[in-house]
Amino acid sequence: MNLLLHRAKAPVDELKIRVGKDNAAESELFFRRALFILLAIFLALLAVAGRLAYLQVLNHDRFTTLADSNRIRLQPLPPTRGFIFDRNGVLLADNLASYHLEITREQVKNLDQTLAELRERITLTDADLERFRRLVRRGPPYNGVPLRFQLTDEEIAKLAIDLYRLPGVDIKADLTRRYPLGTRAAHVIGYVGRIDENELRRLDPGQYSGSTHIGKTGVEQSYEDVLRGRTGWQQVETNAEGRPLRVLSRTPPTPGQNIYLSIDIRLQAVAEKALEGYNGAMVAIDPRNGEVLALASQPLYDPNPFVNGIDFASYQKLNTSKDKPLLNRALRGMYPPGSTIKPLMALAGLDYGVVNRYSGVFCPGFYRLPGVDHKFRDWKRGGHGSVDMDRAIAQSCDVYFYDLALNIGIDRTHDFLDQFSMGRPTGIDLPGEKGGVLPSQAWKRKSYKQNWFAGDTLSAGIGQGYFLATPLQLAHAVATLSQRGIRFLPRVLYATEHPGTREKTIEPPRSAPPVVVKNPRYWDPVINGMIHVVEGGTAHRIGIGAKYRIAGKTGTAQVFTLGQGEKYNAKNLAKHLLDHALFIAFAPIEEPRIAVAVIAEHGGGGSSTAAPLARKLMDAWLLNKYEESPADGTDLPVDSPPTPELSPHGAE
Amino acid sequence: MERNDMDQPDDSRFLNLIHLDLPLLVGLLAVSGLGLVVLYSAGQQRLDLVIGQAIRLGLGFTVMLTLAQLPPRYFRFWSPWIYLAGILLLLAVMVVGDISKGAQRWLDLGIVRFQPSEIMKLAAPMMMAWFFAEKLLPPRWPHLLGGALITAIPFVLIAEQPDLGTALVVGCAGGSALFLAGLSWWLMGGLAVTLGAAIPLFWTFVMHDYQRQRVLTFLDPESDPLGAGYHIIQSKIAIGSGGIYGKGWLNGTQSHLDFLPEGSTDFIFAAFSEEFGLVGGCLLLTLYFFIIARSLYMAAYAPDTYGRLLAGSLTLIFFIYAFVNSGMVSGLLPVVGLPLPLFSYGGTSLVTIMAGFGILMSIYSHRRPRSR
Repeated sequence: MNLLLHRAKAPVDELKIRVGKDNAAESELFFRRALFILLAIFLALLAVAGRLAYLQVLNHDRFTTLADSNRIRLQPLPPTRGFIFDRNGVLLADNLASYHLEITREQVKNLDQTLAELRERITLTDADLERFRRLVRRGPPYNGVPLRFQLTDEEIAKLAIDLYRLPGVDIKADLTRRYPLGTRAAHVIGYVGRIDENELRRLDPGQYSGSTHIGKTGVEQSYEDVLRGRTGWQQVETNAEGRPLRVLSRTPPTPGQNIYLSIDIRLQAVAEKALEGYNGAMVAIDPRNGEVLALASQPLYDPNPFVNGIDFASYQKLNTSKDKPLLNRALRGMYPPGSTIKPLMALAGLDYGVVNRYSGVFCPGFYRLPGVDHKFRDWKRGGHGSVDMDRAIAQSCDVYFYDLALNIGIDRTHDFLDQFSMGRPTGIDLPGEKGGVLPSQAWKRKSYKQNWFAGDTLSAGIGQGYFLATPLQLAHAVATLSQRGIRFLPRVLYATEHPGTREKTIEPPRSAPPVVVKNPRYWDPVINGMIHVVEGGTAHRIGIGAKYRIAGKTGTAQVFTLGQGEKYNAKNLAKHLLDHALFIAFAPIEEPRIAVAVIAEHGGGGSSTAAPLARKLMDAWLLNKYEESPADGTDLPVDSPPTPELSPHGAE
Repeated sequence: MERNDMDQPDDSRFLNLIHLDLPLLVGLLAVSGLGLVVLYSAGQQRLDLVIGQAIRLGLGFTVMLTLAQLPPRYFRFWSPWIYLAGILLLLAVMVVGDISKGAQRWLDLGIVRFQPSEIMKLAAPMMMAWFFAEKLLPPRWPHLLGGALITAIPFVLIAEQPDLGTALVVGCAGGSALFLAGLSWWLMGGLAVTLGAAIPLFWTFVMHDYQRQRVLTFLDPESDPLGAGYHIIQSKIAIGSGGIYGKGWLNGTQSHLDFLPEGSTDFIFAAFSEEFGLVGGCLLLTLYFFIIARSLYMAAYAPDTYGRLLAGSLTLIFFIYAFVNSGMVSGLLPVVGLPLPLFSYGGTSLVTIMAGFGILMSIYSHRRPRSR
């Protein structure tokens, strides 16, 4: 029956489609749907009304209490920052209790009057007030805003008497970062400072509420996430004036991890003292794993005043000094590598098959490009005579490497040295590392809009001209040489430590793509040449009396170019025009445990100035020979807290 | 069903002449007037705020009056073009838009900056109505897919900005048009079941931990009391402490002591409930219901499918605003940044909503009385 009816109805439907739309039916459909929607809307709004009743009738008393007399406030609990130690556990950074003045906006009736009253009792600089007003405008009214840091005992006493008359004004204890060794390793450790406007914009407000400081440079910056920990918070019940009555619930903060650096602070002291009197840098790496044992940059600065805002005059002095103490020369100083690049060039020559270890060149003391009058000079007037690779490295013969560089060509030189991380950052775990310049034809076209000349190739071949490298890159390169191509990323993090359980996690070495040469025996003549630099070559003086064997290479980087036919005479030159002295080395040659790069700006010669500094460092590390007693600079100077002498008002 | 087309009483002849609907006009004026009174208190008794809002309301009512004069065939003719222009502008925003408060939604035209997503709130329902006007209803499969696409494109573009609130409004407008067009119950049921089944699978297998955390915070803002939860906690305290009769006009402590954030904009409903209590809240909800009911009534009496669908989905947009905002402020729904229509301080969406009512009145008042 039903089936029949259905069949009978079908043609009518088809008819409708052909005829078109049935407005009445659609209107009917719409009406039903609209009615349904109206019902749904009614129920939805009823739900909101029900919710209002739930809040306003059933829970009225609870919310009235919250609103009127007692208020629940949320206080962030900033975590304790992790400590920093050297590889042997010598303390490099910790936290010291200090007191600051804080104002909670919502509890102060007349802010200007309160500030005026405070000003009668303690010193408030305009900078303090300006910063305070800026922070007040930005934060929520229930958060305390710091007004003055580093209160002295006397100031605390003066304030404590009147504190009850000043609602919303509190003295808060907090922890201030302290660097007990002062300037020692300042460039590696870095420092924390107050969070500034830019940082505030990009930081997670939940995590940094209640925190005033953040790592600004060095390890403090690169391991901010490890050192910081996680912010906790607590619910506090307060009375009508906003004074906390009791804590309702508490999620404790997670303290930051302690960090152990691979730096040995004794070795660091040796390096920094050795460099004293020069501007320059010294980097020592354990070539077996990339651990940075010392990373010194002279001159030094004291990070402690930066923690609570260094005063403007001191900062200007540091910042405008022509010695640039704030510059970390080990990572950011870019120097012509000079002759220290020659071992790498020799290896490139072998790898490209341009020379073999016995190929000889006659050195008359200058080199001339075919068809050009210009003489490219050797450092030694009169020349080295007939030299092979070993002698060329040991005596640092420029002519040999002019010829070699020309035969390899600049672009192949670029591609080979790129493997050693020349021309790009090594990837050390410290912020701000520079990459230097590893020139090539494409690079020069891009940077100078000029073509590459054959003369440029000759200069690059002896590490001059456009070639620039950082001391860290040189140390990394010589470490790679000592391991015959096996590379590790340089790093200063040795281990992290859980602050509660004191459980240490040692960082595993991070390897980098190795330098590959066609025949592993190519490393031998290069390393032998470097051994002969110390044993009878340009740096033979540092080999005297050494209890282990050293492979090294001297370098002397020209700061300015001599005219044709002029003679370099150190005595007649102003200090700032003197050559930079460089030296790279590793030792002991049988099983290398330390790789060093030294640069002394305007130090004169690499063999006379830089090489002895490297020897001091290697002696200290390999023979455990430290000149000073542990108490001198390697122990905690407990008698000299950094504050308040350094910034008496904690002012900016 | 018995319905009477002739419901134009004699005493509103002038209003008929200028194409306004008296009951709807009264409802809108009542809510806006109450809004100004509340704004004076919630905005710390700043008169300039109230005057600024009054000027915006005036502008909104002018737009409404102007659009009501145009016959609906104009809207119908222009629907696809406006929609297309809106889509192009949304794409332009993606490429050259200004970023403000972390979202890219503004287009700078030199003199004025505006949000193309605002146009889409009207353009999307217009396009849906245009699309289904000629189709046989209830719609067939290809037409359903076409309709879904018309809604999905602007929805995705706006959600990408990201502006979840506006995307939600546009999506609901399209969805309601589909529903009013007669989407079959079976299909809706099927979709609901599929979605319901997909969500747990998606949650377990596709989403990362941090994404789950973000969704949880979105659904339960009070788990993040230092961030998103602070607004909701303070808002609930404001509403709850208001009680049945409220603390009285100008006596709200939560809003006046600055505890309630955004007290004159997105959270004005909390300031209102604190001072006027449950009674005031229910009165306001009733007024909203009255406006919505009258609008749906007008939609049902539109002469053709285009008018019905457009009027219906414009009404639904208004409802979404009112419901999502009041639900959010009272802690019933997650935090989505939509203002309370005709109440919250601020102009962009106000003008759009009034334009919607203008179109609604045009559709209703331009119908030819069909004699039985």
